[in-house]
This record gives sequence, structure tokens and C-alpha cells, in this order.
Amino acid sequence: MHGVVDVKDHAAKSSETPSGPLLQVRDLTVEFATRRGIVTAVSKVDLTLGKGETLGIVGESGSGKSVTSYTVMRILDRAGRIAEGSITFSGIDVAHAPESEMRDLRGREMSMIFQNPRAALNPIRTVGAQIGDVLLQHVQADPRNVKHKVIDILKQVRIARPEDRYHAYPFELSGGMCQRIVIALALACRPQLMIADEPTTGLDVTTQKAVMDLVTELTRERGMSTILITHDLGLAAAYCDTVMVMEKGKVVETAPAERIFRDPQHPYTRKLMRATPRPGITLKDLLPEGEVSAAASTVSTPVASAGEPLLTVENLVREYPRQGAPSAFLAKLKGKTLTQEETIFRAVDGISFEVKRGESVGLVGESGCGKSTTSTMVMRLIDPTAGKITFAGEDIGAIPAKDFAHHPMRKRIQMVFQDPTESLNPRYTAARAIADPLLRMGGYSGGAKLNARVAELAEMVGLPQNLLERFPHQLSGGQKARIGIARAIALDPDLVILDEPTAALDVSVQAVVLNLLEELKQRLGMSYLFVSHDLHVVGLLCDRVIVMRQGRIVEEGTAQAVLEAPKDAYTRELIAAIPHPPV
Amino acid sequence: MTLATADTQKAPGGLAATLAHARYVISDNPVTGIAFGMFLVLVVCAALGPFIVPYDPLASDTAAALQPPSAAHWFGTDNLGRDIFSRVVVASRLDMAIAIFSVALVFAVGGIAGIASGFFGGWTDRIIGRISDTIMAFPLFVLAMGIVAALGNTVTNIVIATAIINFPLYVRVAKSEAAIRRNAGYVQAARLTGNSEWRILLTTILPNILPIMMVQMSLTMGYAILNAAGLSFIGLGVRPPTPEWGIMVAEGSAYIVSGEWWIALFPGLALMFAVFCFNLLGDGLRDIVDPQRRT
Repeated sequence: MHGVVDVKDHAAKSSETPSGPLLQVRDLTVEFATRRGIVTAVSKVDLTLGKGETLGIVGESGSGKSVTSYTVMRILDRAGRIAEGSITFSGIDVAHAPESEMRDLRGREMSMIFQNPRAALNPIRTVGAQIGDVLLQHVQADPRNVKHKVIDILKQVRIARPEDRYHAYPFELSGGMCQRIVIALALACRPQLMIADEPTTGLDVTTQKAVMDLVTELTRERGMSTILITHDLGLAAAYCDTVMVMEKGKVVETAPAERIFRDPQHPYTRKLMRATPRPGITLKDLLPEGEVSAAASTVSTPVASAGEPLLTVENLVREYPRQGAPSAFLAKLKGKTLTQEETIFRAVDGISFEVKRGESVGLVGESGCGKSTTSTMVMRLIDPTAGKITFAGEDIGAIPAKDFAHHPMRKRIQMVFQDPTESLNPRYTAARAIADPLLRMGGYSGGAKLNARVAELAEMVGLPQNLLERFPHQLSGGQKARIGIARAIALDPDLVILDEPTAALDVSVQAVVLNLLEELKQRLGMSYLFVSHDLHVVGLLCDRVIVMRQGRIVEEGTAQAVLEAPKDAYTRELIAAIPHPPV
Repeated sequence: MTLATADTQKAPGGLAATLAHARYVISDNPVTGIAFGMFLVLVVCAALGPFIVPYDPLASDTAAALQPPSAAHWFGTDNLGRDIFSRVVVASRLDMAIAIFSVALVFAVGGIAGIASGFFGGWTDRIIGRISDTIMAFPLFVLAMGIVAALGNTVTNIVIATAIINFPLYVRVAKSEAAIRRNAGYVQAARLTGNSEWRILLTTILPNILPIMMVQMSLTMGYAILNAAGLSFIGLGVRPPTPEWGIMVAEGSAYIVSGEWWIALFPGLALMFAVFCFNLLGDGLRDIVDPQRRT
């Protein structure tokens, strides 16, 4: 129903603008003035975007993909400037237009969706009021009919119960819902161009699918042009007409989406494609062609019956007080008692599983499914409400979490954290970070022996020795990930919990880190409990997979069986939501 | 933004890098450079004061009393004929000492209490929070007066009183910063490597909060000097004839009506100079330690 209105509106708009592409960028070079001199972030970028087209800009961190789009909107940092080239947006010279004209353009003609939807919304105002503000500001509504129009827009972005949600605050909505509100904000004034900067990073795959489907549907309905900025080649290929691959500020390849997957021309595109986890491959397939031979001998053969059980979890339960629960005191006043359902939330609801010696088990599920709570309990950083955790024959669940730091078992269970940057103390050098467990629990007390062990560990994880004296902010994401791994294996643990160890890394770095983890497992005979939301990544590294939903296990089996012949409907949904490039 | 690659080219090296960064901040914001220059002047005055001044700050010369500023007496002389310039310069040592010791004391006590309160939460937080609420419930200067009056009129007690009234400020800052980091990845990692909670507090949390506390310290230095001078002004703490800015302003205030303005003005200016210096320095330090500015 709203489609009809949109077409009319759009026709009126396009009659004003001259014919030709909506957005044309020629030879764009953007420079940043930093204390180490001028840094060229983007050089000689050309792009053309027609009406109703969808362009995907793909690249790893530092490729200049965000800078390019910020320049189009002219919202660069004050240190950045356009050094060369031209940007023409429906006849307007964006590079030289006065700021007042740009302000008018932004929001009305072009708008942007950012990565973190919660940060883009004002936390202390209702979402309805925020959308209303944009409409009023751009004279799309007047105070009398604004509420009606806002509810209309909420309906268009498929928000259930829009009348109720009009009064909701951002914190009351889920991440996917917030992203829909941000999309609603971006689309409120019917712009001609929408730039989506990693719109689904940090969202679950099923939510990602819903959000991306919504974006493509709305753009098609309204004849809007879209630029999708992403690090995920698969996502771009699945949702865009044209894909542009960027590396180090330069465009290396631009091609129609289906061709880029079928017949990638540039070596960098091929490297990116290889590094993207997909069904039916092994870990070695992720690495660039040249680097396979060295490690090819150690073929990962899944050993189903690896040995005796190392970790056994039985009926594990963790409860939290439910947020926003009705007050027990008020209920008593009214003369009724609250049921357990109303006051207590079970994050983990009676799960049992087993990890054998030398085995890697994947724990998969979407955010809020209890997988992290489970791993944190196994890690003994929090106490379970009920249930038993047996590790190497000892009931470690019975030892309070706060005393576990001094327990001899501590050094046998270690962990690699999700964000390599956040998990390193900013004031420790790489060497000091790796030495920390050795000093505390390894019986080392400094000196040459410690240095030798740190150097040995660095070598094991492939960290160059000359980087050991650096601080985390002087290292790249991949190098920081290696430090995190070196720290976890420093004490020769039996079980290492990997909490999405590659989620914050670029795909090519992820490929290297996953292979490193596999190699270390073969060499040191550790067991892994791999916590992740990405079924493909889990399938590559793990022998067995456990799928969790709402605190319960819904499916369990060998990686191959779960990925290829999922039994549970939810698992099938998860697999289906992973973007499939058109091949 | 995605310019992380530039950072990896940065040369390693602790002290050299810090100095280079300090140089960058100073050249970027000349006010910080000026503040450092002012700070240097204060330090020289405090350290070498008695050796560089032209007159003995305590020697009275009634023949030369109440002289306006001249080539012989740059800041003039007071009612006893003492050289005001010499007294202002020599007084900087005492005022700086009071400020530094009180700030060091409140940092040690308030900072650690605040970190413990933010890190452990629960009862620790409740007890420390109530103590600082109680202190905040008093008008702070009146509280300082009360403490000095009750404990006795000594420099040590001024230091203690100044530290006590700044306690809630330090607790607040340290508490909020520690609470942010309580469950940071590297704190969890430190737990996994077998560090006890107190060790994490002292070796992991404290060094990470230190830069922010340094800014706080610089800003409260100015407060502490004003507070000490204020107490002396109303006759508590330091006693005449010891040269101290607050007393000198108090002594000079009686003569302003009769036209001898220089007696109160110059120690007052010195006080302003010091407070201004520490405030600017605090802003500059914030720029140095704030990662947002580390482009």
C-alpha cells in the first residue's frame, strides 16, 4: 500500500534532477593530516551509481571503504580533506558545495546507517519522537499528523505493534529492532541515496538476513540507490548489483556481483574469496594458494573417539533475576505471590555435554542463547546456580569462582578472548602479557629462563621477536590475537575456551588465526571449546557441534552432520540465514 | 575510522615515544607549552627561592616601610619594611609543599579507596560511598577550618584538612574509572592467569587509571593552594612572620584603603599565577593522556 505513494513521490523528485547517474565519483583522493605527516586514505577512486542501483564496497580494515563514503556525505574528520577529484551527486558538486547546501542534502537526499544502531539513537527519547523530529525538521509532517506518519513509517520497516513501539526507548528494543529504527530514520525523508556502513556487523545471522532483506525490499520499492559498505564479500555479493573491492585505499576490482564470485580477476579479490568460510572446504583452503604447501601434511582428521572425557557438564543451570520484574513487595501488598517465571530468568537451562581429550567442540547460537554464560561458568569466572562441572575427574563447579584463581586447576583451563584489543592490558608490552601467567602460576620468576619461554611461545604463535617489546596499540589486530593465544597456551592447558576468537578480525587474518589454532591443537594435544555464532567457522575447526537456543541444547552431532543434514528446524534456519552469493 | 595501519608503523620505545607525544601536544596547543613554562618557574622559585632573592624575607627595615614598587624593591615593601618580592618568591616553597603533600595524601588514600569501591562494589562501595557523602555534606572550606581548629594550628594539619576535603572528589573519579574496567577483557584475562583480586587492583587497574588521576591531581593542586592560602588568610594554619601568600594578602588587605595596594596585590597575583598554571597544566595533561587525541 505504501508502495504506491512512494512511486509517485519519487517520480516528482526525479523530474527535477538531470538525467545521468545519481552519483559519480572521479579520481577521488582523500588525505589525512596526522602527526606523522600526510596519510593518503583513499587514492584515485572512481565510482558510478545509477538510480535504483545497489553498490557494495568490500574491503578489510584500512582499505578506505568508510572514508570513501564519508567523503561522499562530506562528513570527514576535520583532519581529512579531498586532495583531488570530483564528486557529483544529482548535478551538485559535493566537493565544493557550501556547507549549508550539504546540510540540506544530508538527511533529505542522502542518508546513512551506521554500524552500531544503539549508538546512533538518542537513549533518553522514545523512538517515535526521534523519527518525528526528522520529519518535522525536513517539513515532511506537521505537528498534527506527525504521530500518524511515524506509525506509518514504523509499519514500513516491519516493526510489530508499531503503536506500542512508538513509545519505546531504544534500550527496550533488541539490536535488530534498533537497526530497523535507524533505517526508518534514514528513510524518513525518502532520500535518493542511502549509505549503509556495516549495517549488520554485530547482529545475529538471522537478524542480519531480516535487516538486509528489508533494506533491499525498501530500496526496490522506492527506486532508491544504495551503497553497502561491508567486510563480508558474501554479504555484498548476495545483496548488491555491483561489487567494488578496495585494498589500501585503491579500487582493485569492480564487477557485477555474480561475476566477481564466478570469475574474480584481481589476486586480492581471489585471496579474500578464499579466506571467506563456506561449506565444503577445509581450513587449509582458507589460506592463499602459495602458503598451503608448508602445512599441508597435517591434514585435520576428525577423531570422534579421541579419548577419555576431559570435561563433563551435567544439568548446568544459571539463573539471573529478571530485569523489570514486578516487585515482590508490591505483589505482596496486592495479596499474591510471584511465580518463579516472573522473577527469574534462566540464561542456561539445564544443559549437559562432554568434551573429550584432544577434541574440539563448537558451541553455536545467537546472542542471548546462553553460550557465553556457559563458557564463563566452565571457565570458572562465575558460579553456576545448579549442576555439575567435572574437569579431569574433579568437580570444579563446587569451587567458588573467587577462589579459583589460586586453585591448581586454574592453569589447566585457559581462554582466548573475543576482542584481542580489549583483552590486552594497554600498559603491558607483548612480552609482559605473555609472561603474566608464567609468573603467576608457572613457577617462573623472571630472568633468562622466562625470556626464553616467552620467545618460544611467540615463535609458536608466529609472532616476530622484534614485536615483543611493543604495546598493544602499536600492533595490528592479527598480532594482538597471536598474543592472546600465546598467553592462553603458556601453561600447557588441557582445555582452551575460544570465545569467538576471530569475530573482531578481518577474514584474511581470521583464516591465518584459525589455521594457527588447528596447528597448535595438533602439536600440543589440547581440547577446544569453541564458542561462536558462525556455523561455518565452527564447522571448519570443530569435530563436534552443539547448537544452543534460549539456554537449551537443540542439536548436537558431528560438525559434518549438523552442517549438511541439520535435524532441528532452528539449525536449518541458522544455516539458511548465512548469505549465499549468487553462483 | 579505518586508519589503524598507520599506527603500526610507529617506532617502538617507551620514553622516547612519550616525549615525542608530549612535544606533539605542546606544539599543537601552545597554551600547554606556556603552562609547562609557568610550572617550571614555580619549581625554580620553590627549589632555589631563598638563594636567589635579593633580601632576607624576614628582615625588617622600618626606615624603608611601605615603599611602593621601585628598582630596589620590585614589589615594594610592607609595613615592617620587608621586601615583598623576596617574600613572594620564598613563600612559593611552603605553598607548593602544602599542595603537593596534601594531593599526594589524598591520591594515596582517596584513589585507592575509590578504586576498591568501584572494583569490588557491594559493601566496600557502600561504606566508602557513605564516608565520602558525609564529607560532602559539609561546606568544604568550613570543614577544613573545623579540622585545623580542632587538630591544632600546624602546617601538617593544613595538609590533612586539605586532603580530607578533596577525598570525595578522588573517590568519585577513581570509582567510576575502576567500575568501567572491572570486567574488561584484560581484567578477566588477569584473573585467568591466576592473579588475586587485590593484585589485579594494584597492578592492572591502578596503572590504567593513573593517567586520568594525574589530570585530577594537577587540577586539585590549584584548589589545594587556594585552600591553604584561604586558611592562612583567616588566621588558621601558618602564622606570621612566615612568608605565605595567604597571610601576606591578609596583612596587606588592611593597607589597601590607605592606598598601599602592592602589599596585597603581589602575593595575590602569585596565588593566581600558581592556580592558573595548575589548571592549564591539567588541561594539557588531559590532552596527553586522552587516547582520543592520539591521532
